[in-house]
This record gives sequence, structure tokens and C-alpha cells, in this order.
Amino acid sequence: MSVNLSKGQAISLEKKDGATLTAVRMGLGWQAAKRRGLFGSRTREIDLDASAVLFAEKQPVDVVFFRHLVSDDGSVRHTGDNLVGGVGQGGDDESILVDLQRVPVHIDQIVFTVNSFTGQTFQEVQNAFCRLVDETNGQELARYTLDGGGDYTAQIMAKVHRAGSGWTMTAIGTPANGRTFQDLMPAILPHL
Amino acid sequence: MTAELVRGQNHPLTQTRLTIRISAGAPVLAGATLGDENGTVHGTGRVAHPGAPALPGVEVSRQAAAEHRLSVDLGALPEDVHRVDVFLALPTGAGAPSRFGAVAAPHTAVEGPDGTELACYTLTGLDGETAVLALELYRRQAAWKVRAVGQGYAAGLTALLAGHGLREAADLTAAVQEAAAHGPSGAVPTPPTPPSPHAAPARETSARAPQDTSATVPHDASAAAARETSASAPYDTRPPGPADAPASRTAGPTPPYAAQPPEPAPPYDARSPYDTQASGTPPRDPGARIDYTHPGRRPQGTPPPASAPADDRPAQPVAGDAAGWSMEERLYNQVWGMFEDLARTTAAYRSAVEFADARLQTELDQALADPRGRLGAAGDAAREAAHARRTQLVDQAWAVLDRDLAQLTAESEVVEPALPPAYARWDNPVWHGFRMPTEPPMALRLGDLHLPESVPLRIPMLVRLPLERGLWLDSGAAAASDGFPDSAELRHLALEAAVALAARLLAVHPAGDFAVQVIDPAGAGAAAFAPLARTGVLAAPPATGAAGVTEVLERLTRRVDLVQMAVRGGAPGSLPADVDPARQLLIVNDFPHGFDDRAVTRLRYLADEGPDVGVHLLMVADREDAAAYGPLLDPLWRSLMRLTPVSDDHFADPWVGHAWTYEPALVPAGSQIVHHVLTEVAKALTKHR
Repeated sequence: MSVNLSKGQAISLEKKDGATLTAVRMGLGWQAAKRRGLFGSRTREIDLDASAVLFAEKQPVDVVFFRHLVSDDGSVRHTGDNLVGGVGQGGDDESILVDLQRVPVHIDQIVFTVNSFTGQTFQEVQNAFCRLVDETNGQELARYTLDGGGDYTAQIMAKVHRAGSGWTMTAIGTPANGRTFQDLMPAILPHL
Repeated sequence: MTAELVRGQNHPLTQTRLTIRISAGAPVLAGATLGDENGTVHGTGRVAHPGAPALPGVEVSRQAAAEHRLSVDLGALPEDVHRVDVFLALPTGAGAPSRFGAVAAPHTAVEGPDGTELACYTLTGLDGETAVLALELYRRQAAWKVRAVGQGYAAGLTALLAGHGLREAADLTAAVQEAAAHGPSGAVPTPPTPPSPHAAPARETSARAPQDTSATVPHDASAAAARETSASAPYDTRPPGPADAPASRTAGPTPPYAAQPPEPAPPYDARSPYDTQASGTPPRDPGARIDYTHPGRRPQGTPPPASAPADDRPAQPVAGDAAGWSMEERLYNQVWGMFEDLARTTAAYRSAVEFADARLQTELDQALADPRGRLGAAGDAAREAAHARRTQLVDQAWAVLDRDLAQLTAESEVVEPALPPAYARWDNPVWHGFRMPTEPPMALRLGDLHLPESVPLRIPMLVRLPLERGLWLDSGAAAASDGFPDSAELRHLALEAAVALAARLLAVHPAGDFAVQVIDPAGAGAAAFAPLARTGVLAAPPATGAAGVTEVLERLTRRVDLVQMAVRGGAPGSLPADVDPARQLLIVNDFPHGFDDRAVTRLRYLADEGPDVGVHLLMVADREDAAAYGPLLDPLWRSLMRLTPVSDDHFADPWVGHAWTYEPALVPAGSQIVHHVLTEVAKALTKHR
């Protein structure tokens, strides 16, 4: 059962049988810009980028984004940059895999963000969503829809953080502006 | 349809009357424990073993044998039994194998009442264990399943039984061994074979035969008679060892085909069992599949068993557990996977420790900044708490690192013995059975890499062949820190490492595909190059003097030029007859002794242009010797991969950038292995020419 998250909602990443999740995937999908007229190559492609920032007690320790695809410890992996988006029918265009068991002991929060690298605001992006999937069985745990977005170019999507022995995910959904995650740092910090 | 289980895998059982067939390469004891929901066995009365072979629902053999048939009737088990654990143990007594690692991997199969095989499982990867939990039949919500366990116990049957909650484990073990040693023969539940007049007594013999070889004194009269019967059989003279003796072929007078087990030989068992007997290997029951391969070493080309994740425990590592088209490629990828995992897990640990230290510093500063706490108990408590927090985090990180290291170490232990010569250390037994390859390898081991956190765990440093860069064995003092050998000793070690490397390259390429040339201007390395020169693997003796240097460099320069021209012209095969098509390794000792400016230019040309057209450079040099050239040679040194004759941490991994300590792949002191290998190479070369 997938939960359609609303802003600020938190869900515990526990399976129904009480076992904690071991691996999750943050998927990001959006619809590519419509091709324009005769010179299709001049379509203004929409390039959204998913990033994950690893925090230890509010100190950023590592970041996974399109130029650093694997965290140094190997627990968080970005499957690669998608520059144009997809058909917007639910398929993930960019994914970040988190092996929760291998996350280093001092990392207590992982924040996921989305940026528009090409500068379009989310008003121009169709059918954008972000979802969290249990990587072990492909089941969608939570989905968060981005459209209806306003005049901003980035969004702090969600965070997974340690809670007891397991992990909890909280939807954040705060708009921000920036080209890459570095620009978002000031906007992320209040949510830690 | 037989389900071939891997360790940890389970399979549903739809039938209640089952036969569990066990075949091992040597006589083993088999038994079963009946446990409750938690696996606890209530009392010795719930253990079926040779001394108490029949319990409600379970029947086991009365003695050690290489073949067992355990009957299980799940419907007849007591209500409170939820788990049946089938275990194997090695018999005690002289001549019996002392560990499971010394016998062929036991094979277990679960059969239905009509003899169809439902599931099978081969217990690979055993080593020093003397008892092993093979299979587990368990009741889950009124349905029975079988799980492949394969949990070995180095401490033996006592530990296994104690693990099931039996307080009398030691006594029971003694009783089991006693019963097995003295049990009456002939109690093996036999397959439904039409009895032949000879087969029946012969089978009794067979049950005893393995025990004869293990020098157990026969106890009763029937055994003595059996012994007499088998006196004409070849087994008494056989050294103790794998003694799998199907009844029919044990006794002299029995026609060899009389009591052949009813099931037909599986189609993939191509060898006739009678051939194997003739060639001196133990006879095989055609129905039983016995895995004679060493669990850690599998023939090339066969896919390794998938290491399915067990329910709770981490998967047992398997050699070749990576993607690839051939075993060689799989091992290569696996080694690089281990390399990356070690780099990353260490990065996680270092990052945690760094964070803990930074946090400690901040908290100490805070405690100091607070004027109330600067002196007195509150300040002390704050400092103490800060230190405790640091210790706790570091301990946690260490526990994780420790867990990962244990897993990687276990993997390394199965991977190292499975490596082919090109990847193997010189002390690997694979070199003793060395034969010239027919294909060049995809990679070569240049040495070992390790990190200070995990010193005993060595990752093979494998580089792809053909080499893209030249190699430089640094004999300079810069390579050595305090306490390391002096400069003469370093030069000697560097030469030795270079010779070992050249020998390895020669050995792993097919005969005639790789040639080694040596430039030794002053003859300073004559002693070190002797193994190469003496065995005759060099095309020409080491070149000496300025003239020799010039001649070799000129010849190789011409070769590079000609091959480049041929490649550009689209006819890489058409070379003049006097150009050796083999890849060339040029070893240069004592650079720049004997080199004039022209020769230096040629060498740089070879370093730049050579690798693409099969000319590789191996310099044994001290950069200081060429100091007179100033910065002019810096690009040359930078273009070479620097190796050191002693441990040195100058390699960085491509993922995190740790400094890894490199150790050259040296031949163990006093070992003749390089000579042996080079002799083989020389023989093959003679044939090739």
C-alpha cells in the first residue's frame, strides 16, 4: 500500500511484519518538455536532478548527486543523471538507492532534494513526482506529487532519519531556489 | 523436478513419507534431532543416532557409512515436534578423516516415497568442522519445509548437540560414537532391489568395509565373517580415505553388476563408474552425485552456485561470485568488488571516527567556554560525557567495520585459492601444477594492497593486460622509510621483484606470445637476472655496455615504428620476417647508466608509443641517479606506474582515494617455484620454435 504523503507527514519505514527496511530507493520522475515545431532539437529540455545529502548531527558529511554518484561509504548510490525526463507515466527517471544497513553509524539523516538544473520553475514541469520504494520487493511506500508547483526551481523533498533501531521518512516538500544542492543548504538546515 | 538448494534456501514438502539420502566421500555418521518450535531438543530420547536408530517418524543408520538412507515420516512424528535437524558427524578412530574439509563435499537429497528427488543440497565450503547440521525439516503453519543449512561445527558433534539445548551433549556424543563403532552391520535401509543370491551377504560386507579401512576392530562374529569375505576385495589394501563402497562391487565373488542401485545414472554423469574404479579412484554409486571438486576451486566455465542470502546469517562467500563471461573474468570482478567494498567500508569507519573526534573537540570547547563548568565537578562530568560519547560512536563504527572485515576476510579465504596463476600469489599451490596457458590472461597481479585498519586482509592488485603504462620498480631510497634496507639491498629487492614480474608475465602468456629483453648496462644485475638467463627464456642475453643499450633500443624502436605503420596501413599482420610478433617487455636496469641522450630519447619514445603496439617497459631505477637530467625526465617517471620493492603506501583507490599500502608479489624465500615455472616456459618455447 502506497501512502500519498502530504507536506510534513512522517511515515515509519517498517514493514508490516515489524522487520525494518533494509534498502529503499528514492525515485524521481517528470515528463519531458513537449517537442517544439520543426527544430525539435531546440526544445528547452527540462533537467531535474535528484540529490541526497547525508548529515551527522546537522553536519553535512557527504552528498550524492550527478557528479558524485556514490557516497564514499557506498551506502547511497545515484543511478545516473537523466537530462530530459521521461514520458511522465510513473516511471522513475532518476533514482537514488539507499542501503540503510550500510549507512555509517554517525549518519542520522539523509535529505533528498530535487533541483531544476536548466532553470525552469516547477510550473513548467508536468507530472513530476517523487516516491520511496522498498528496494527489496519493489513496493511503493510513499509518493509525493510535485505538480501544481509554484515559481521556484528546487524542492526539499523528504528526509529519512534514524528513529530507534529503524528509520523513519518524513515528507518535507519545502520549495527553494537553486541550481544544485549547494544552493539549497541554507534551506535544508531548518528541516534537520 | 529437483530443487537444487543453496545454503539457506528452503523448499516446501508436500509429501510426508520421505527418504533422505546422504552420500559423502568417506564414512560418516548420520542422525537427526527432533526439536520443538524453538529448535530445542527435549532430552536424549529425541535424538535418532546409530545407538538409537529408530524413533517415531525417523529412522537412521546404525553405523558410519558413505551412503545413508534416512527414512522420515512427518505424519508419524510426535505432535510437539516442529523441527527435524539432520546432522552428519565424522566417526572417531584411527584412519578416519579428521575434518570435513578432507573429504568430498557431502551431498544430501530428499526423496519422495516413489523415489523421485524433491530437493538436493551439496554441503560445500566445509573445512575444519567434524560435525555439520545438513538439513532442517521444519513445520511452518501446518506445512513442512526443508531448509539447506550446512552449518559446520569445528568443535564437533558435542557442540552441535549442545546448540540444540541438550545438556547431556558430551555423553550423547560418546554414545553415538560408541554405537557407531560397534553397531551391527547390515542395518542400512536398503533400496528396493530384487535380491540376488550374492548381493545380500555382499551388502553386509560393504557396511563393514569402510570401517576396516578406518582400522576399527571388528566386534562380533558376523563382522569377522564379513572381514573374511572381503579379504579378497581390493579395499583392504587401499589406504584409508574416501571409501564409498556400494555393496555389489566390494566382495570378490559377487558379479559386479548384481546389486546396482535401481535408479539410472543421471544423464550428466558421463563417466562410467566402472572406468573410475579401474583408474584407481573410489568406485561411485552411479545414482549418487558426489562432488569431488574442492569446494573452493571449481573448474572454469561452470557457473558458481548463487550465494542466495540466507534467512538471517550473511551468505557464505563463494569464489567467482560476480558477473563475467568466464571464471577468470568473474574472479577479476570479484576481486575488484572486494577492493571497492573494503575502500568504502573503511571510508565509513574513518568518516565516523573523524566526526566523533570533531564532535568531541566541539563539546570540550563548549565545556571549557562555560565559566561555571571550567572548574569543578560539572566541567569534569561534561568532559567525561563528551569522551564517552566519542568512545561509544567509535565503538559502534568499529563493530560495523569488524563485521564487514570478517565477511571480506572470509571471501578472501575462498577467493585466493581459486585464483588462476596470473592472479595468484607465488605461494599459491596453483603454481605447482603450472602448465603453459593457451590464452593470454585478462589481468595480472602486481602485488597486494591493504589498509592500516585491516592489515591481515590483502586485496590482490590486478591490472588489466596488455599493460597500458610502463612499470617502474623504484629502487631509490625514497621508497623506503626508517628501518628499511639500505640502498644496495633495495636495489637487489627491486631487481628480484622485477624478475618475479617478468617470470609471471612469461608464464601467463602462451608460448611465443611474450618475450623479455634485458638491458643491464654495467652487468650489475647479472646475478638477479640469472634465473631468466639460465633457463633460456630470454631471446638474447642481457645487453651490456653502451653499444648493447643502443642496439636493443634501436631494434625496439624500429619494431614500434613498423607495427604502427602496419596498423595505420590496415594490415597489422604484415610485418617483415625479422620482426618478432610477440609482445615485448624491456627490462632496463641501472638507468641512466650507459644511456646517451639519443638513447634516453629512444626510451621515452618507447614509453610513450610502445604500449599500444606491444612494447612494454619495466624500469628498475632510482630517480636520483638521473638527477642530472633535471626536470626533463619527470614526464617519463610520471608516465610509468611506480611499484616499490618494499611496502609503501602510494596507491590510491579510484573511489575514495585512500592511501593503500602496496606490497610486491615476491617469491617466498627459498622457493624454487620461479625456476620450476621458467623451466616449463623454456620447454614450451623450445617446442614453439
